[in-house]
Amino acid sequence: MSCCAPVAEGALAAAERPVVSAEELRLASRSLGGGVMQVELAVPDVHCGGCIHAVESTLSKLDGVLSARVNLSTRRVTIKYREGKLPPIVESLVSIGYPPHLFEEEGTKDAVLSELLWATGVAGFAAGNIMLLSVSVWSGAEAATRDLFHWISALIAIPALFYAGRIFFRSAWNAVLHGRTNMDVPISIGVILAYALSLYETIHSGPHAYFDGAVSLLFFLLIGRTLDHVMRNRARVAVTSLARLAPRGATVLHPDGSRDYVPLNEIEPGMVIAVAVGERIPVDGVVMEGSTDIDCSMATGESAPQPAQPGSDIRAGMLNLTHPITMKATAAAKDSFLAEMVRLMEAAESSRAAYRRLADRVSALYAPVVHLTALLTFIGWMIWSGGDWHLSITIAIAVLIITCPCALGLAVPMVQVVAARRLFEHGIMAKDGSAMERLANIDTAVFDKTGTLTVGEARLANAGEIDAEALAIAAALGARSNHPLSRAIAAAAPANTKPVQLAGITEQPGFGVEAKIGSSVYRLGRASWALSDDAAEGTVLARDGQLLASFRFENRLRQDAAEALEALRKRGIEVEIMSGDTRAQVEAIATKLGVTRYHAGVLPGEKAVRMAELAAEGRKVLMVGDGLNDAPALAAAYVSMAPATAADVGRNAADFVFLHESMNAVPFAHRVARRSGQLIRQNFGIAVVYNLIAVPIAILGYVTPLVAAVAMSGSSVIVVANALRLLRLGGGQKRSAAATARRASHKLQEVM
Amino acid sequence: MTTLSILIPIALFLGGLGLASFLWALRSGQYEDLDGAAERILIDDEDDRPATS
Repeated sequence: MSCCAPVAEGALAAAERPVVSAEELRLASRSLGGGVMQVELAVPDVHCGGCIHAVESTLSKLDGVLSARVNLSTRRVTIKYREGKLPPIVESLVSIGYPPHLFEEEGTKDAVLSELLWATGVAGFAAGNIMLLSVSVWSGAEAATRDLFHWISALIAIPALFYAGRIFFRSAWNAVLHGRTNMDVPISIGVILAYALSLYETIHSGPHAYFDGAVSLLFFLLIGRTLDHVMRNRARVAVTSLARLAPRGATVLHPDGSRDYVPLNEIEPGMVIAVAVGERIPVDGVVMEGSTDIDCSMATGESAPQPAQPGSDIRAGMLNLTHPITMKATAAAKDSFLAEMVRLMEAAESSRAAYRRLADRVSALYAPVVHLTALLTFIGWMIWSGGDWHLSITIAIAVLIITCPCALGLAVPMVQVVAARRLFEHGIMAKDGSAMERLANIDTAVFDKTGTLTVGEARLANAGEIDAEALAIAAALGARSNHPLSRAIAAAAPANTKPVQLAGITEQPGFGVEAKIGSSVYRLGRASWALSDDAAEGTVLARDGQLLASFRFENRLRQDAAEALEALRKRGIEVEIMSGDTRAQVEAIATKLGVTRYHAGVLPGEKAVRMAELAAEGRKVLMVGDGLNDAPALAAAYVSMAPATAADVGRNAADFVFLHESMNAVPFAHRVARRSGQLIRQNFGIAVVYNLIAVPIAILGYVTPLVAAVAMSGSSVIVVANALRLLRLGGGQKRSAAATARRASHKLQEVM
Repeated sequence: MTTLSILIPIALFLGGLGLASFLWALRSGQYEDLDGAAERILIDDEDDRPATS
């Protein structure tokens, strides 16, 4: 009774869904004390109020479950249950159409966010009250009244300055300690000086105090910073909620015959592990018993499944396709293939040139200019007024206050917040703002093949050339196997085929399927086995060892792949394919997509080296890849993107993760990034124009707190309004428009 | 001046009240699931207390 379970948003639905086993669930649960256990599960299919209700009511009815609470924003459900017997949580969620999965634990609550929110709250309170008092001063409060108002303002501003301002002061101090500058340095100097001057004026019953300006500046900047953090956090949560592909543990068979579910990091070389069909190989090892087919696409990039017999080497991250096997671990998890990739990634990351954010580069120019102007103003007024210290310092500080980069502080984060929201709506998660700046600058895009340009399932390429009767028999045989190529043949048969009577069906893992029709033996599978001829290659259907039909397969291109690559080329970006797969496979895909530069059979380390080569040529490379073998390249590239179906480490290394199947995510993200780059530069332009007008007024000594407040808030509003123009950027994916419409109709159904 | 000595404390108190209630709402987890809160009003037999975790 799930209203929206069929709405498979994103590529996740297409990928295999690791259903959580009871052992994994137990490992993920934590005790709350008093015999109560709590576990959190990601339920990506929860979309609306109906889903919340379905999940919560189903779970709370289970014996032993104390409470279940869905969080729709993060698409997670928190379940509390009594210790002892584990309620059938996973089974009941699957049965109502919300398959759950576990996600990476990310520690406790977000301390930074709550600090930012508290600071914003305090600054907002202070700004509101001080502004209230300032309005009275501007409208003509005199003498004792004005002094009283100034004193009250000062008292409110003290806690606000220390509490809300420390976020900026801390970051500025860090930058200064390391001999750098960032936008927080001029902000901190401006705020502190404005405060000091105002306090001095208040003590000496002066007419002008800038408490209002200083505190509302903090308030505006904190709003920008909080939004920025919320957006990034949302993307991070969405990424950590994706299904984990690496197993959490494995079933170990002990010498005495007992079996035990052991966490991954406790597996030692020499242990015997049972791997069921559909499970990933947990650590590097050797097959001991059973023959099967192994999908290596995630590990090496090879698209065709490989056979594995006793004695075959298998590596962590590969997927067992057709038959259960037992294997002997040859390496612990920390020495396995996956760990090797992590080490390569770390090496790649440390060699990558650090990117300096645009705002930091601007502030490196900005701060000296502003501070020099203030100094010159001071010297000029000293000469002009014949040594009037108080007047000269007041005007010099007024220059600093008016140039305090409120608009600049908002210029970058506001645009990036709006851009991140745009991307989020299209199922693209941006890890941080600097990733967006880098994406806007790329001139080369390198794509992995398996899993990125093509998606998992193979498709029969030559269905038309095969005799209809042979195809019908092949399809009937293929339907009895889990092997992806058998599945593809079964799917290729026309719907109106008459049923074939098969007898004595047996599957030979690693070879194919065999059955009898009448007295003839039919075999579908590896040519060398079906034709009993060791030299034969490919996949065939044979009757009594005689060839009936041979099958060719192609990998299905990811939706809109050709269109997306074309869009990138039109923008002058060079496109390249780099894959671990065989030359023939890569060539076929490259030709189809019109890509002239491609590399086949590339090892993971070589991928990262190629990134370094391109960088040495002065190229700014976007790497798009999904496999474990791509992870080092993703970390080495100037900027990187990964689909949601990517291996866990790859997803964590990538700057962007896209959830939908369509490849249009890549050009769309690039377009949004370029547009936000433009808007950021426009915002800087606005800030410069504002300073060209405001600074002369300040230098001439005409700035009052009223002028400062109007100028600051005016420029901030213009900058924010300019950032919002990004929302009008049209296009994107048609798919997600359809998804929005679907969502709306769900809501409607709920209401009615 | 006498009116001011009453009005200013009142203004500050009301502002502080706003700040306190914002911080209370923040603490009690009412901003944890904004999308969910929007949908939950459509469920008939729903308790709308924030999750205690």
